[in-house]
Amino acid sequence: MTQVFRHTGWMVVRQARNLMREPIWIAMMVIQPLLWLLLYGQLFSKVPQLRGGASSYVEFLTPGIVCMNAFFGGTWAGMAMITDLDRHVVDRFLASPASRVAIVLSQVIRAGITAVLQALLLLGISYALGVRVHGGVAGWLVVLAASSLLAMVFAGFSNGIALLVRREASMIATANFVGLPLMFLSSILLGVQTMPRWMQDVARYNPVNWGAQAARNAVVVGGAWWPSGQYLLFLLAAAAATTSFATWTFRAYQRSI
Amino acid sequence: MTTAARGSRIGVARLAAVDAIAADDLHKRYKDVQALDGVSFDVREGEVFGLLGPNGAGKSTTVRVLTTLTRPDSGRASVAGHDVVAHPERVRSAIGYVAQDSGVDWEATGRENLLLQGRIHALAGAPLRARVDELLGLVGLADAADRVARGYSGGMKRRLDIAIGLVHRPRVLFLDEPTTGLDPEARAAMWVEVERLARQESLTILLTTHYLEEADRLAERVAIVSRGRVVVQGRPDELKAGLHGESVTVELRDVDGRLGEASQVVGAIDGAGEVHVEGQAVRARVPDGARAIPVILSTLESRGFSVASVTTARPSLDDVYLHYTGREFATEDEAGRE
Repeated sequence: MTQVFRHTGWMVVRQARNLMREPIWIAMMVIQPLLWLLLYGQLFSKVPQLRGGASSYVEFLTPGIVCMNAFFGGTWAGMAMITDLDRHVVDRFLASPASRVAIVLSQVIRAGITAVLQALLLLGISYALGVRVHGGVAGWLVVLAASSLLAMVFAGFSNGIALLVRREASMIATANFVGLPLMFLSSILLGVQTMPRWMQDVARYNPVNWGAQAARNAVVVGGAWWPSGQYLLFLLAAAAATTSFATWTFRAYQRSI
Repeated sequence: MTTAARGSRIGVARLAAVDAIAADDLHKRYKDVQALDGVSFDVREGEVFGLLGPNGAGKSTTVRVLTTLTRPDSGRASVAGHDVVAHPERVRSAIGYVAQDSGVDWEATGRENLLLQGRIHALAGAPLRARVDELLGLVGLADAADRVARGYSGGMKRRLDIAIGLVHRPRVLFLDEPTTGLDPEARAAMWVEVERLARQESLTILLTTHYLEEADRLAERVAIVSRGRVVVQGRPDELKAGLHGESVTVELRDVDGRLGEASQVVGAIDGAGEVHVEGQAVRARVPDGARAIPVILSTLESRGFSVASVTTARPSLDDVYLHYTGREFATEDEAGRE
């Protein structure tokens, strides 16, 4: 078991270090969420009924954008697995004593860490825009937990798909297919109460919405800890499920070589 | 002596011996392709062994079974004394694997690639750093050690692959098509590299190749693989002498029904085989044409034969392969490329 953690740690370091060598990737990771925040913040600021009880639309939007980034980042996490498959790095690990679980788990955890860093950045910027996390320190922790868990849920899913399709084009198509619908079926941009009835029902089972609700409770309401805690538990269970899915597809990959 | 592979009969007795690798009747099927159809061979401790065959013959699949990447459908194999199916983790600790396709992490430096691989093999601290420095020097990457591997040439990546395979001082190193895709210069350099490694690191090396000259140059013994089977194994020089031989054609003038006697003369040459008559000529396979021709000529002339011409055909890859499989190597190689 300690071997799994040690190997996961080294592999997370490897991936993080490789990403830090991509200046464009870093720039996009920083600029894109800010762009969303400022763009949507301006676009919808004059429509008060969208705020869902927040004092400004930016306040309403901040936890949503945090979750949107986490979830988009997660859906693309499988691309790194495809690169490793294409470059035969995975096969090299498989012929060594490397922990099999660590090969998959490191991708998921790396996505979670990236999401937390982006969440911190977004919370910092929105603080400058006047947004306060009403839940205080606990509120910050809930937002960070929601973003990392959300990223891991979709990173597990994404890696599972990557190991099934093993091709970039198919991976991109899947990520796009999943991404936008799940975003609009959640309260990331608009309060749930503005949705048609059926969409509200669907949103209840959408992990993206669980994250968005938990984060929004922490920022806007500054309370509702029990429902938020439940959402986080749902996300934890979902992350465990999708990571298991990825390890299962990893075994399928192993059988295919 | 050369030994034709005899499937499972190579079996149990040799698995128990000190063989670094023992493969016994391995079968593996991928959907509609029978990749391995009874592969058996054994590699002794400390030798460089070549698996030679055309593309698609089953060499890489054999290596994937021996490196625990894939399980055989049936048959047994042990590497460094460990069964590949029962104890894959022990095998993985004992082997280095340099795959046909480079496994280098492009975004990491040469040194980082080696450090991670070392850690996976439970090396750490100063001994690991020292080993990494040693290997970087050994494969001539000391100056490029801290550059990201993306910028390495094909030959440099290949050398880094080999260093990665050696970081934990494995007992057995697998080199799958080590020179495929390299230009002739880099190929020659790689041959020198492999020879040096075999000496300095006192390794057992299993290399696969579809270049006869590569097997000839590097391997002490080879197994020729065709369509998922080992058709023959032995020392390259023995294979050439015993299996390729050289075909000698003696064309005679005015033989008048004495062709039988001429055949006997040629057949009396030490090691001659497959003697047969074609029109006015006698053809035979002899181990060494240069030594056989003067003897044949003087004997025939002393008996009053009139020799029109003598020709010898040098052995080629096609000849060996053709001899054992009845198929042409180049055609098979092209077909196996897909």
